[in-house]
Amino acid sequence: MEDDENQGGEIKKFLYVNRRQPHGTVYALESLETVLIGAAFDQDVSMLFIDDGVYQLKKEQSPDVMEFKNFSKTYKALEMYDVEKVFVERESLEERGLGVDDLLIDVEVIASADVKALVDQNDVILSF
Amino acid sequence: MTIEVNGKSLDTDEEGYLADLSQWEPDVATVMAEIDECELSDNHWEVINFLREYYEEYQIAPAVRVLTKAIGKKLGKDKGSSKYLYELYPYGPAKQACKYAGLPKPTGCV
Amino acid sequence: MGTLNIVNKSPFEKRTLDQCLKRIGEGDSVLLIEDASVSAVLGTASAELLLNASKQSKLYVLGPDLQARGFADATLLDSIESVDYEGFVNLVVTHDRVHSWL
Repeated sequence: MEDDENQGGEIKKFLYVNRRQPHGTVYALESLETVLIGAAFDQDVSMLFIDDGVYQLKKEQSPDVMEFKNFSKTYKALEMYDVEKVFVERESLEERGLGVDDLLIDVEVIASADVKALVDQNDVILSF
Repeated sequence: MTIEVNGKSLDTDEEGYLADLSQWEPDVATVMAEIDECELSDNHWEVINFLREYYEEYQIAPAVRVLTKAIGKKLGKDKGSSKYLYELYPYGPAKQACKYAGLPKPTGCV
Repeated sequence: MGTLNIVNKSPFEKRTLDQCLKRIGEGDSVLLIEDASVSAVLGTASAELLLNASKQSKLYVLGPDLQARGFADATLLDSIESVDYEGFVNLVVTHDRVHSWL
């Protein structure tokens, strides 16, 4: 019990909640960069994509046509940064007519009803 | 700051990273290395080319831990060690090699 | 105690409040601040949404934000408690974590 508490004090569990489309605002890119920086410093990082955030993982994005950087490619680097806990909410996908085949990385699909349990497992929630 | 490469002057930021990544050509690396009084061997180029491909694929300059692991996978275990990479790039493999390769400063480097 | 969820968008402009409420549960709380504060006033279209949420979660509104918007003396929904800045801080320290729904 004491050990658990000590560990909780040192390595906090971070959950990044992504709720916005990738290119309309800077939130998605800021979130991704924060995740990668955290992971480079060995933080325990999870990502959750809900609402419009699921569009961040859509395959075949070409923001370069608008001369925006195509950072959708960077999500494929998450695994190399040991960010392996990537969750996507099923209802958010379904509302938008999307399925896992439309996504550019492997994710764990969870139901809306399970979001609370995921949040409860983490110490710090950062919403973007 | 600017550097002179093949008669063109290219802008860099205050740490020497290329301002416009699309202006990179191999001589950029050679010129930057000369400024650091470093001569580029085939082994140096192997890392630079690796980083160029990595950036093309992921649009990110890898943190050193990630670079070391990825190099090990691609170029063999001997080369995927911090010791090997620091011998080639004493200012830090991610920082120095990324600069020569025309990449931005690695994410997660302070 | 659970998660303190902070919402600051008007439910009449954005769906953030709805999106938050459908993903929280027992032991969680919601604090309405800034443009979300007006939804605490009795008689708006978001009453039902908040009433449903209040069955399992505690709801709060930041008083000064209501006051700033001309609702200092307004009647609030029964299930919502008004807090001042000190109350805000108390909520933060009595919950396990804070989720700010930007």
